[in-house]
Amino acid sequence: MILVVLPAHLRTLAHVQGDVQLEVAAPVTARSVLDALEARYPMLRGTIRDHVTLERRPFLRFFACEQDISFESPDAPLPEAVVSGREPFFIIGAIAGG
Amino acid sequence: MSKARVLVGTRKGAFILTADGKRQNWEVSGPYFSGWELYHLKGSPVDPDRIFASQTSGWFGQVIQRSDDGGKTWIQPGTPPGEPASAPGGMPKGESNKFVYEGVAGTHKWYDGTPHPWEFKRVWHLEPSLTDPDTVYAGVEDAALFISRDGGKNWKELSGLRCHSTGQTWQPGAGGMCLHTILLDPKNHKRIYVAISAAGAFRSDDAGQTWKPINKGLRSEFIPDPDAEVGHCVHRIAHHPSRPDVLFMQKHWDVMRSENAGDSWREVSGNLPTDFGFVIDVHAHEPETVYVVPIKSDGEHFVQDAKLRVYRSRTGGNDWEALTKGLPQKDCYVNVLRDAMAVDRFDPCGIYFGTTGGQVYASADGGDSWNAIVRDLPAVLSVEVQTLP
Repeated sequence: MILVVLPAHLRTLAHVQGDVQLEVAAPVTARSVLDALEARYPMLRGTIRDHVTLERRPFLRFFACEQDISFESPDAPLPEAVVSGREPFFIIGAIAGG
Repeated sequence: MSKARVLVGTRKGAFILTADGKRQNWEVSGPYFSGWELYHLKGSPVDPDRIFASQTSGWFGQVIQRSDDGGKTWIQPGTPPGEPASAPGGMPKGESNKFVYEGVAGTHKWYDGTPHPWEFKRVWHLEPSLTDPDTVYAGVEDAALFISRDGGKNWKELSGLRCHSTGQTWQPGAGGMCLHTILLDPKNHKRIYVAISAAGAFRSDDAGQTWKPINKGLRSEFIPDPDAEVGHCVHRIAHHPSRPDVLFMQKHWDVMRSENAGDSWREVSGNLPTDFGFVIDVHAHEPETVYVVPIKSDGEHFVQDAKLRVYRSRTGGNDWEALTKGLPQKDCYVNVLRDAMAVDRFDPCGIYFGTTGGQVYASADGGDSWNAIVRDLPAVLSVEVQTLP
């Protein structure tokens, strides 16, 4: 079970409270996690990745095991701690705007 | 008992203000979609309890919300949570926040004149159909017109506008290249007007398939060619439903008027203290009574002389009177943005506008006197009003 931590605004949009748990088939990657997230919560499509290019929106970052993995390949395997559910996959809104 | 419902979009959420037909005592509800920019909310003229809202964020992009109960509850039209995003056969279900340009998007001109790819950023304006509660138009940045025929679940671009032969030459205004005004002609359902900063005004006579620039007579200092077909920074267009061919325009500078559905324009700024501004609207029962809020300049986006004054012309322009009763006449430095004025259908007609300082002012007597319904909202982006039975 993959644990995903969403920014507050996206939790509101998805009508969820707290973290999200997802079943994701191996290999577990950022892409497969986001695919599963958007399949479960279709209203999040376009809010994390561009609808067409599937590129990460500029003011969002992905973290796993305290590492910024935003610029790694979306098809790179996620750390074992995330795959096993011990560590969450974080989607974080940039702190910007002063 | 009849009721007025004012829909207010702000930088940090939406608010709904309600009062009975006297429009003296107001209830304020909200914020809805707290923390998000609400560029525009508008109700369907066919089913007033159906309200569409443009919710947007630099972080999370565009979301469309819809209420079917007058704003009490909201949904994102499209696939409910937990359901598969694809129908049997693989076709995607509704994706209400998906705005994708038709075909190859191509380029327009950037501020420096170089080609720049067309990129969707947000929905500035939602215009529900005059006849069908499921049909709604969306004006977006980068400038294009979209239509939904299923209550906002799916959106399709009316690409004849963006693909107009001049499209590659359009340039953004200071606020971005936004399609901010959509006017539907109540007497001719195939006629649509739009305005784009800073491309100008356009008209379609075939329900949005093909478009014609309607900017003859506009003069813009920053355009060397005095007869330029496009490139004008039109801030707002308004008309009266009984005379949809007579258009009023607040341009970047200049207040303009057209008698012929935009085929030509003449200036009617007359005695305004400054003819820069954003909003313009027409009295509900007097087609020659027009309202603007002059703003000092394009370099100083606040009212002139620190006085908030609505100007009213009862002669369709040129002769303007300042309306000040109840409005701050010193130390005022607010702006009134282009979608932030509306009129109700009561008699006497009510006028409403919101400011970047967070006030929403209302007049229940055609502008003669004003009261602040609320004073401390986030900066107001849009104001619409519904006159309910």
